[in-house]
Amino acid sequence: MRLDLRVGIDVGGTNTDAVVLDENNRILARTKQATTSDVRSGMQNALTYVIDALGTEAQRIGRVMLGTTHATNAILERRSLGRVAAIRLGAPASLSLEPMESWPDDLRDAVCVDTCILEGGHYVDGRRISPLDEDGLRNFLSSVAKTADAIAITSIFSPTSPQDEERARQIVSEVLGNNMAVTLSHEIGSVGLLERENATILNAALFGVIGQVISATQDVIAGAGLVVEMLLAQNDGTLMALDFARRFPILTIGSGPANSLRGAAFLTGLTNSIVVDVGGTSTDFGVLINGYPRESAAAVEIGGVRTNFRMPDLLSIAIGGGTIVSGTAAQPVVGPLSVGHRLTSDALISGGATPTLTDALVAEGRLQLGNHAVPQIELERLQSALHSATESIADAIDQITLGNALLPLIAVGGGSLLIPHDIAGVSHVLHPENGDIANAIGAAIAWVSGHWEGVVAHGDEFNEAITNGRAIACRRAIEAGADPQIVEVVDQTETPLSYLNSPTVRLVIKAAGPLRHL
Amino acid sequence: MSKKKIISIAQITQDDVEDLAFGCALLGTGGGGSVGGAILEVKSAIKKFGPVTVVQLENVPADGLVMPICGIGAPTISFEMLNNGGEAQLLRQEVERVFNKPVVAIMASEIGGSNGVEPVMWASRLGLPIVDADTMGRAFPEVQMGSFFVRGLPLTPIILVDFQGNSITITPTSGESAESESRAFTIAAGGVALMADYINPAATMIGNVIVGSISNAIEMGRAVRGTHEPMKRLTDLLGAHALITGKISEIERHTHGGFVRGSVTICGTGIDSGRQVSIDIQNENLVAKENGRILASVPDLISMLDTQTGTAIATEEMKYAMRVTAMAWPCDPLWRTERALQTVGPRAFGYDIDYVPIEKSQR
Repeated sequence: MRLDLRVGIDVGGTNTDAVVLDENNRILARTKQATTSDVRSGMQNALTYVIDALGTEAQRIGRVMLGTTHATNAILERRSLGRVAAIRLGAPASLSLEPMESWPDDLRDAVCVDTCILEGGHYVDGRRISPLDEDGLRNFLSSVAKTADAIAITSIFSPTSPQDEERARQIVSEVLGNNMAVTLSHEIGSVGLLERENATILNAALFGVIGQVISATQDVIAGAGLVVEMLLAQNDGTLMALDFARRFPILTIGSGPANSLRGAAFLTGLTNSIVVDVGGTSTDFGVLINGYPRESAAAVEIGGVRTNFRMPDLLSIAIGGGTIVSGTAAQPVVGPLSVGHRLTSDALISGGATPTLTDALVAEGRLQLGNHAVPQIELERLQSALHSATESIADAIDQITLGNALLPLIAVGGGSLLIPHDIAGVSHVLHPENGDIANAIGAAIAWVSGHWEGVVAHGDEFNEAITNGRAIACRRAIEAGADPQIVEVVDQTETPLSYLNSPTVRLVIKAAGPLRHL
Repeated sequence: MSKKKIISIAQITQDDVEDLAFGCALLGTGGGGSVGGAILEVKSAIKKFGPVTVVQLENVPADGLVMPICGIGAPTISFEMLNNGGEAQLLRQEVERVFNKPVVAIMASEIGGSNGVEPVMWASRLGLPIVDADTMGRAFPEVQMGSFFVRGLPLTPIILVDFQGNSITITPTSGESAESESRAFTIAAGGVALMADYINPAATMIGNVIVGSISNAIEMGRAVRGTHEPMKRLTDLLGAHALITGKISEIERHTHGGFVRGSVTICGTGIDSGRQVSIDIQNENLVAKENGRILASVPDLISMLDTQTGTAIATEEMKYAMRVTAMAWPCDPLWRTERALQTVGPRAFGYDIDYVPIEKSQR
């Protein structure tokens, strides 16, 4: 039996989509199911649907790629989060604000075991702030031994001087054993202490969630009688192996939009363009550069907490297919509320009483949907609401393109017809077939990546170290399933470190390649 | 447009911090550093150490020592190497040792940007009142661009401290050496330090400060709270002129030696369709022009606001296609003397133009 089929699943806020592709990337089955509050049954529904649609061919499924909002939801709903002991190294600096002090109370209550600020850390130029307080660290770790699920360690200026975090990790394993989960801040974010620390703590709080996602998905897969490899989508548009995902669960946050962008690239063959993903409640604009999402350096707020880890650069507006229209014909009010799931019961075209933008599209003749006509009396208001929504979309396009009107626009997502063909600010508009499941397709066609990072001194061994690092990153991508013939280094970031003696850089290398045949 | 009388604030509580920060960001005229981090620090301090009493300079004992305070250094470093919390206590001890007199109140040297917000944290931690005044009434890039220098007050020893507990007393021979000596300590301190200069008795300061700075900033925040017309509220409050409402169509910006220089162009929309205004930036917004005509210039205040919310937009936050309103309003009369304009007028920033007060250029 050839295992030449793969399933892409995208669990979004409103819908869970699944698609099955063969090795020539032909779509063999697809579905769009409602996301359920337990997430798992929605995923099960979607997977069961496509497996049934394939019939006996389902035995050819060799891989399942999952993009999911589990991690985001866990933070937003303060559910299933692990208990974290947060350690900051850098005293006497930074004592004025404790770790998690600025967090919303309920999130801190859900996550925080205890915090401490110990001596350690570095100045911007690599000088020590103070010697690492190893005794203090051991004492603190002993005090949380029974209560903490994970440890988050953040040292001042660790993005350029990571050694105290590395040493602290050794001490954690000495005191609490090798099984205690640890997150180091320099592996998560950049300069900006509180934002990096917040992202580090959230990552540590998500170890349990990602474990549950992985085992639940494996159960669903096993329940369907399949034996497959599983990969998780991350927010740079590539797939990660399960062991990497278990270390960096926060990287699943933002994987949905990244998948949409990659799916849009695949469906159109375009590598540089604007992508708009129109959902039920909101619309995300992103930019594809050489086939991958443009990334943002700005701080991102998650669940009321400011963070600074890598994310796709997105512009979101509160307009979607389910957006509720109110106000008058002269002054329509468009959103921000949406009927969401209830489009099929509450919208005018479904016989409901709530006018939505989908009703406006049907009334304009741009979409055929529903079994009820839009009442005559609503037509004028819906028309002007659609006009106003189009203006907001054009404004957003202007902002995300930075005024460069030469790029094409790819419209995907369930509500993509909200984007007219003649919208201003782009060279032309594409509505690719199957664009409504672009995110699941993006997960299914994604390349798999592997990483290597390390600190390398300039000098004779610099090039050799880089060559080694690149080889390790490629090997890890291959171990995760990449085709050894095609895998290549796709990103190499050098951050100069501030050591006083010899010039040194922190090197992060990412290799990626398409999945090899099973 | 006439400026409304500002009501004096007597106390700063948790509830006032966001309003104060809103006003300080606006008074930052594009510079002065992000107020976001300072908000967290001030709220945390007020929670632990209590609200801050605001006093008018006249109500401080005439011979009581007032400590003007400001952070000095690179904002990017202050986002990573946060305060210890004890810096101001050390500063106070050193001031009291050098001047041999107790400090009775502190004051913000610069109300614009984060330097307007942070002193409230120090006041709370020290249990001292904060004077409802500052020495700029806005943000300026250099230490000597303050009212005490312009009014010719003699230099006093400058005291700097860092989070490690290091302190230094500089007895400068000129405003320029005050600046360069302070910078040298700041670099050694890792890029951020806390500074007190022009430390004087209250009586010496009266008439030589911008009065009402704290109240003014808090009033700005209160004015826009819950309103649908933030621009109207702010123009009424400040006696400000809306220069243009539109979108940012061009940004030219480069950073050199810690200073941001460049210009931003706004294309008018709505009633301003067809108009185009450009604003020159050197950390702060300095000169607004339309077709070569000067609409407003430093030391009058020029701020860029989010048209929807009225929130001030710092120079580093400006992005293409943002919907903004550029607004300008008169500086304190203190800045309009000949000596003051030599220090902070357009020519002091290298522009070959004369200062024309906003009320005249906009008539």
